[in-house]
Amino acid sequence: MLVRLGDLILSLLAWVGEVALFGGRALYEAIVPPYEFKEIWRHVFEIGWRSVPLIALSGFAIGVVLSMHTRASLERFGAEAMIPAGLAIALIRETGPLTAGLLMSGRVGAGIGAELGAMKVTEQIDALEAVAVDSFKFLAVTRILACIIAMPLLTAIIDFCGIFGGYVAETTISSMSAQLYFHRAFSIVEFSDFLPATLKTMVFGFIIGTVSSYLGFKTTQGTEGVGRTSTSSVVLSSICIILINVVLVKLIFFVFPVRA
Amino acid sequence: MSEAIKLDHVTKSFDDHKVLDDVSIDVEEGSAFCLLGRSGTGKSVTLKHIIGLLRPDAGHVFVRGKDVAALSGRELSDVRRSMGFLFQNAALFDSISVGENVAFPLRRHTDWPDAKIRDVARAKLAEVGLEDDFDKMPAELSGGMRKRAGLARAMALDPDILLVDEPSAGLDPITACEIDDLLVERKKSGTTLVVVTHNIPSARHIGDELAVLHEGRVIARGTAEELDKSEDEIVQAFMKSRGGG
Repeated sequence: MLVRLGDLILSLLAWVGEVALFGGRALYEAIVPPYEFKEIWRHVFEIGWRSVPLIALSGFAIGVVLSMHTRASLERFGAEAMIPAGLAIALIRETGPLTAGLLMSGRVGAGIGAELGAMKVTEQIDALEAVAVDSFKFLAVTRILACIIAMPLLTAIIDFCGIFGGYVAETTISSMSAQLYFHRAFSIVEFSDFLPATLKTMVFGFIIGTVSSYLGFKTTQGTEGVGRTSTSSVVLSSICIILINVVLVKLIFFVFPVRA
Repeated sequence: MSEAIKLDHVTKSFDDHKVLDDVSIDVEEGSAFCLLGRSGTGKSVTLKHIIGLLRPDAGHVFVRGKDVAALSGRELSDVRRSMGFLFQNAALFDSISVGENVAFPLRRHTDWPDAKIRDVARAKLAEVGLEDDFDKMPAELSGGMRKRAGLARAMALDPDILLVDEPSAGLDPITACEIDDLLVERKKSGTTLVVVTHNIPSARHIGDELAVLHEGRVIARGTAEELDKSEDEIVQAFMKSRGGG
């Protein structure tokens, strides 16, 4: 039993090490020419722009739900006026970034894993190498960078749509004007609430891109393997995001103690 | 004549299975070398060693005197640019059109304007009889058409060395002959060919020299006439076969 547990821990550490080396290599390759700007931009569009409807709709729904919950709690203390600010702080500091990360690990992680996995098992990655193209740089680095670029932008969108959703929920119950709602929402939100929480999603993007690209490159066993890669990309990048988020939140509180 | 390709005592195993066992081959510049053998005897693995997709466990692979496994990333890229590779299953990029597949190496390695790249890609597709399929997606092509598109992509940069894995597999006899003729034309224009095939008539037509790979070892090599005289049963069986594809 102990031996099995030990083996499991060792294989887990080995996996984490391999993924970390893969990600480290990607960051190094990203700063070494030649640069694949066109390909990066294409992936930012595919990963970022095409995710906007999902992110916006989810943000709106989360805002509505958060508003209802916040009202239920604050009403008891007669503090309904704090609803917009409470909702904005919750969304901007944590709910928005984490939800965006998890949604993107589902949509983008699965997509990258499946696409690269299919390319691997059909020898398309070998074909890229055969035409003298660095497949790692062309396929993995570009996708990882696109995830890093897209994540903060999508987080800003989910934050805004969430606050807007909160406003829509609030106006159906109270007669609060839009001007008053948004004034109250942003009255206690500061730049140091928004910036670290939004920028930390670049790390989420790095995790999504790295984990799913790594699994795609390691895919074997045909279409069954591609399916497994797709699922694993979502599961593993989601777990990594949730765990790394703990460290990042602690770090943010350490750097910005006044926000704690 | 100098050697374009040389495999020097190459051994390669996957897990416990030895796929290549002390294989030595040399291919002269401008000649056509056909590698014969049953499925799973390591023919495709040999090609992948030549272009540096696989590294030997032991031995060396030289392309124009350069040890492929010892090259840096940039040097290997230069060597690969001088080669074209047709994969067994064509390995077309399935997210772009057939024409863009052929144009891909040109876009990456030339600074030609888009119009010229498209013209050259169309011309290469025309050489393999796919001039009308430029805008189709790979999924819309039959297996044989995909193979021909793969060959057009392999020839896109007019490589000095062309590695071809089963060129006639999945093709009708007439198209297979046309592809063989195309390869012979390439050879006449100075391209070095390494062709993996099961098709003996095709190998006789294309190859200046043939080798038979069996259980990871080269058991015979020579001209078609020399192999016809071989007393080895496996070589005999191969040379007498009329197998296509």
